[in-house]
Amino acid sequence: MRAFDYVRADSPAAAAAQLEEGTSVIAGGTNLLDLMKIQVMTPSRLVDITRLDALRGISPAGEGLRIGALVTNAELAADGRIREGWPLLSRAILAGASAQIRNKATTGGNLLQRTRCPYFYDTAMACNKRSPGQGCAAAEGAGRMLAIFGTSEHCRAAHPSDMAVALAALGAQVEILSASGATRQVPVTELHRLPGDRPDRETVLEAGEIIAAVHLPAPQPQTRQVYRKVRDRASYAFALVSVAAVVRLEEGRIAEASLAFGGVAPRPWMDPHAQETLIGGVPGDALFARAADRLLEQADCHPDTEFKLPLLRRSLVAALREATGMTDPAPGVETARIPA
Amino acid sequence: MTKTFRMDEAQPRLLDETGQGVVGAPLDRPEGKLKVTGRARYAADGLPPGAAHGVLVRATVAAGRIAGIDAASVSGIAGMLGVFHGPRFLRNPAQGMAGAAPVQPGDEVHYHGQPIALVVAESFEAARDAAQRLAVTYEETGPVVTDPAASDRLERQDPVTAGDFEAGFAASEVTLDRSYTTAPHAAAAMEPHAALAEWDGDRVTLRGALQMLRFNRQELADSLGIPAGNVRILSPYIGGGFGSKLGIGPEAVAAALAARALGRPVRVVMARQTVFDAVLRRTETLQRLRLGADRDGRLRALSHDDRVSNIEGEGFAEPVSQASQFLYGADGLSFAQTLARVSRTPAGSVRAPGEAVGMLALEQAMDELAEMLGICPVELRLRNLPEKNPVTGQPFSARRLADCLREGAERFGWAGRGAPGSRREGDWMLGMGMASAARSNMLVPSAARVRLDGSGAVVETDMTDIGTGSYAILGQIAAEMLGLPIDKVEVRLGDTSFPGASGSGGSFGANSAGSATFLAAKAIRETLAARMGCDMSELTLQDGIARGGNREMPLSELVGGQIVEEASIEAGETSESHFSSGFGAHFAEVAVHAYTGEVRVRRMLGVMAMGRILNEKTARSQALGGMIWGIGSALTEEMVHDPRTGHVVTRDLANYHVPAHADVPGDMQVVFLEERDDMANPIQTKGIGELGISGAGAAVLNALRHASGARVRDMPATPDRVIAAMEAAAG
Ligand SMILES: Cc1cc2nc3c(=O)[nH]c(=O)nc-3n(C[C@H](O)[C@H](O)[C@H](O)COP(=O)(O)OP(=O)(O)OC[C@H]3O[C@@H](n4cnc5c(N)ncnc54)[C@H](O)[C@@H]3O)c2cc1C
Ligand code: SF4
Repeated sequence: MRAFDYVRADSPAAAAAQLEEGTSVIAGGTNLLDLMKIQVMTPSRLVDITRLDALRGISPAGEGLRIGALVTNAELAADGRIREGWPLLSRAILAGASAQIRNKATTGGNLLQRTRCPYFYDTAMACNKRSPGQGCAAAEGAGRMLAIFGTSEHCRAAHPSDMAVALAALGAQVEILSASGATRQVPVTELHRLPGDRPDRETVLEAGEIIAAVHLPAPQPQTRQVYRKVRDRASYAFALVSVAAVVRLEEGRIAEASLAFGGVAPRPWMDPHAQETLIGGVPGDALFARAADRLLEQADCHPDTEFKLPLLRRSLVAALREATGMTDPAPGVETARIPA
Repeated sequence: MTKTFRMDEAQPRLLDETGQGVVGAPLDRPEGKLKVTGRARYAADGLPPGAAHGVLVRATVAAGRIAGIDAASVSGIAGMLGVFHGPRFLRNPAQGMAGAAPVQPGDEVHYHGQPIALVVAESFEAARDAAQRLAVTYEETGPVVTDPAASDRLERQDPVTAGDFEAGFAASEVTLDRSYTTAPHAAAAMEPHAALAEWDGDRVTLRGALQMLRFNRQELADSLGIPAGNVRILSPYIGGGFGSKLGIGPEAVAAALAARALGRPVRVVMARQTVFDAVLRRTETLQRLRLGADRDGRLRALSHDDRVSNIEGEGFAEPVSQASQFLYGADGLSFAQTLARVSRTPAGSVRAPGEAVGMLALEQAMDELAEMLGICPVELRLRNLPEKNPVTGQPFSARRLADCLREGAERFGWAGRGAPGSRREGDWMLGMGMASAARSNMLVPSAARVRLDGSGAVVETDMTDIGTGSYAILGQIAAEMLGLPIDKVEVRLGDTSFPGASGSGGSFGANSAGSATFLAAKAIRETLAARMGCDMSELTLQDGIARGGNREMPLSELVGGQIVEEASIEAGETSESHFSSGFGAHFAEVAVHAYTGEVRVRRMLGVMAMGRILNEKTARSQALGGMIWGIGSALTEEMVHDPRTGHVVTRDLANYHVPAHADVPGDMQVVFLEERDDMANPIQTKGIGELGISGAGAAVLNALRHASGARVRDMPATPDRVIAAMEAAAG
C-alpha cells in the first residue's frame, strides 16, 4: 500500500472542494481499501466524509424519500419506510455482499464501487479502465463476469451493484453536490457513463463533485416488486444476471412495468422496448419471452458470456412469473408486495 | 528407548476394555477457547522484537528467464531493507511427504505467478508497495500451452487392470460410455500461508503453517543446504490446510534466507492472491467411464480412465480412479491415466486427492447405469459389492458399505422419492440422489511420547492439528489408557523437537499419531501393572485410581516421580494381507429452479462406517465439512485459468466460490455405524477426514438429475450448465 495523507472534511462542500487529482473520498472503505491494498487505486490523499451529519439519514422529500450518501446498506435495507414503500430496494441490497460488508457500505459508495473484472484487479494484466491505452486483457481472457450490453471494444466490464439496479427500476435520482454548494440531480441510470474509448471515466461526476444523496420518487401503490439475482452460489457472490421488476396489473393485464438488469452492463441496464412489449399483455411465458427477445437484441457477447443470453431470458421470465403472481415465491426468491 | 511396533497382526481391542469412558465421547476441543478468543498463536501472530516484513514478488510471464531484478527501483521506498532472490528460492511448495527440496529454478520462470523474489521492509505496507513496484525484466520464451487438451507432452501411465475389460464390455447386455470433467480446485484454507524465521547462529527456527513437520524439517534443511538438525519448526495451530500446507513452501524458504542475511527475524505472509498464484491446486480432470452390465445389474466391465495435468518437474498425478479400483467388482476392470504437462499453477494434493473428483464421475456413471437398467441406484450398488479387492485380491479388513447403503436409504426416506421430475414446489423441481463413499485407509510411521506424573499426563509429538481435532483425540486416547479425567492430560503438538509423527494428511493422522500415543501409554500401563504386581489384563485405571491384584491405589502414589515412554508404529503384514478403507453412503435432496437453473441442496445424510470413532463431535465435524466440500465440487467451486498465461484468474474468495452458509442446508445429518478395523492399527480406527467428501458431490448431482432431468457431466453445475443440460434433456 502506498503512503497517503488523510483529511477529515468539515462540510460536504468542503469535501467536494478537496477533490483534486489524486484525492479520493472514503466512505465505508469496503471497496476503496481493498483496491488500495492491491494498488489498483493509489490516491495520495483521502478525504474522510464519514463524520458529516449532513450526509446521513433518510428523510421525507416530497412524496418520496431523500437518502443521505452515508446511509449504510444495512440501515437502508432495514428501514421500515423502505420496506413498505420500496421493498425492491431492500431486497436488492440484502441480495448483495454480506451482513458485515453491508454494515459498513454506504449508499454513495455502493453506487460508485468499481467493477469486479478480475483483470482490473490485477496490476500485472493490461486494463484500459485502470490505465487508459494499455489494452484490455479480458477481451481474450476469462470473461464470465463481463457485460453484454453497452460495452465497447475498449472495455466490457459490468457494474456490480445490486442496489443500483433496484434504484434504476424505481426511477431514483442521484443528488450531486459541488464545491460551491450547488446541487444537481441525475437519474441513477445516467450516473455511469458507457465505456466508449475512455473506460476510465466511469461516471458523470465532475472534478470537485460528490454524491450527497439519492432521491426516491413517490411509492408506486399496487405494484408487485421482485428482485431476482442469479449467481454462482446461493449467497455472497456477484450477479451473473439480476432482474428488478416493478409490475402493476389491472384486470388481469399488465398496466405498468419497470425493469432493470444487473450483471450485464456497465450500469444498471434498462430497455424501454422490452418494457413496452409487456404493456397491455396478459401475463404468460410467451409474453415474457417476447420481452426477453427485445431485450437480447442489443446483446454483444464475449465467448465466456454467451451463457448470459439464455440465463437472462429465463431469469426475466422467472421474475415476471413472480411479479405477476403466476407462481408462488419460493425458497431463495426475494419478492414483496406494497399495500394499495 | 523408543519401541517400534509393526502392525503385523490384529491387535486386541484394548480401548474397549479400559474404563475411563472418554474415548469416543463428543468432547470439546481443548484448544477451542484459545482459538475463539484469539489467543492461539498462529504462524503470523506475535511478532518478535526487531522482526522485518517480507512480501513475495511473482513472475508476470508464463515462461522464460529473469534477465534482471532492479533493486534500485524500490530503494527509495522508506524502510526498505532488501530484495532477495537466487538459486535456493522454491518454485512451488513441496509435495506431501517429499522430505526433500522441491524444484529450485534459479533464474528460470516456469509459470505465471511463480514467486521469484522477496522484498523485505520495516513495515508490511512498505514491503507490499515494493513488491508491487519492483522492476523485473525477463527474456520470455513462449507462447506456452495452458490447456491440457492441447498439450503434446503427455505421460501415459501403464494401465491398472484385472480380468479382461474389453471382453467383459463386449459381452455386456447394457453398456455406458461417458465423459465427465471436473474443474481445478483450491484448498482455500482460511489462514493464508505464513512463515516467521529467526536464526540463532547456524540454527533456524521457523514458525510456519505446515501440516507434516517431520518431512517439512527435511525439506527446509535441504532447500537451505543445512543439516536437518539445525532446523526447528513450530506449527502449533494451523488455520486449515486441506493439503495445501503438506510441504515446505516458498514463503518459508524466502523468510529463512532473508532472516539469515539481515540478521533479524523475518515474517512472510502470503496475500490471498498469492495463495492462489503459488500454492498447489487440485488438477482439473477429464474422465471417461465405461460400464458394462447384465440386464439384472451385475457389472461385467468397469473402466475409469482419466487425464490430469501438472507442470513439468512435479511427479504428482491426482489418483483419480483410486476408489473405482476397489468399490465394485466386475469380470474385467481397467484404469488408465494420462498426465498432461501444462503451464499452469502447479498441482498437488487437495483434500481427498483422487476420490474427491474421481467419485463425482464414477458415482454419476453408476446412477446413469441404474437409470438405463431401471434398477434402484441403491440396489445396483448392493448387487456389485465385490468379495475381495477386485484388483489386488486382498480381503477387506472391515467393510460395512452394504449396511451404510441400507441404513441411509431407510433413514432418508429413499423409498418415497417418487418418479423422476414428479415433485415440484412452484417453479422449483425436487429430487433425491445418492452415492457410495469410499476412501482408502493408511498407516504412516509415527512416534509419540507420554509422560505420567503425580499431577497427570503430557503427550508430546510433532503431529499437527489443522483444525481437525488432533489435540482432542490424542488427549482422549492417553486419558483412556491411563485412567485420567480428560483435563489431567495435556497435549503438545507441532514442534519438531518432539517425536516425529505422520503429520496431517491423507486422513492418516489419527490412525498413526493416535496409535503411537496409544502404544506409549500402553507401555506405561505395563510398568504400572508390574508395580501393582498384577497382569496387564487385571489392571484397571479409572479416575486416577489403579486397581489390580486385589489392591487399590491412587495413581499419583503408584507413579512416584514420573514414567516416560516413547513409542512408534509402522505398517506391517496387515497392510499387505488386507485392504482397509472407510466406506459410506451419501443421500441428498435438492431443489432446482425450472427457469434459472439454480440448485439448492435441501438436506443431506451421510452414513459412514470408519472404524472406531475417537471423538464423536470432531468426527462429525470432519464428516460434515467433507460433505460441504462435496457440495462445493458439485455446484460452486471452479478455479479459472487465463487461457494465455495459465495463471489463476479467480484469485480471491469473492471469485473462487467455496459454498457459503446459504449453500449448506440446515438439515445435514451424519450417522456413524459402529465398526472396529482390527487390521488397520492397534486402536482399530480408520481415517475420517476425507470420507465425507468422497461421493458426496455425486449424490447432489444425481439428485439434480432426478429433480430436473439435467445430467451435468461438466462440473461444477453452475446455473449456465444446468440450463444447458435441462435444454438438452428436453430435446
Ligand atoms: C466480498 C465482497 C462482496 C460484495 N458483494 C456485493 C454484491 O453482491 N452486490 C453488491 O452490490 N455489492 C457487493 N459488494 C460491494 C459493496 O457493496 C461495496 O464495496 C460498497 O457498497 C461500497 O461502499 P463503501 O461505502 O464501502 O465505499 P468506499 O469503498 O468507501 O468507496 C467506493 C468508491 O466510491 C467513492 N465514494 C464513496 N462515497 C462517495 C460519495 N459520497 N461521493 C463521491 N464518491 C464517493 C470512493 O472514493 C470510492 O472510489 C461486495 C464487496 C465485497 C468486498
Ligand atoms: S474489461 Fe474493462 S475492466 Fe476488464 S480488463 Fe478490459 S478494460 Fe479492464
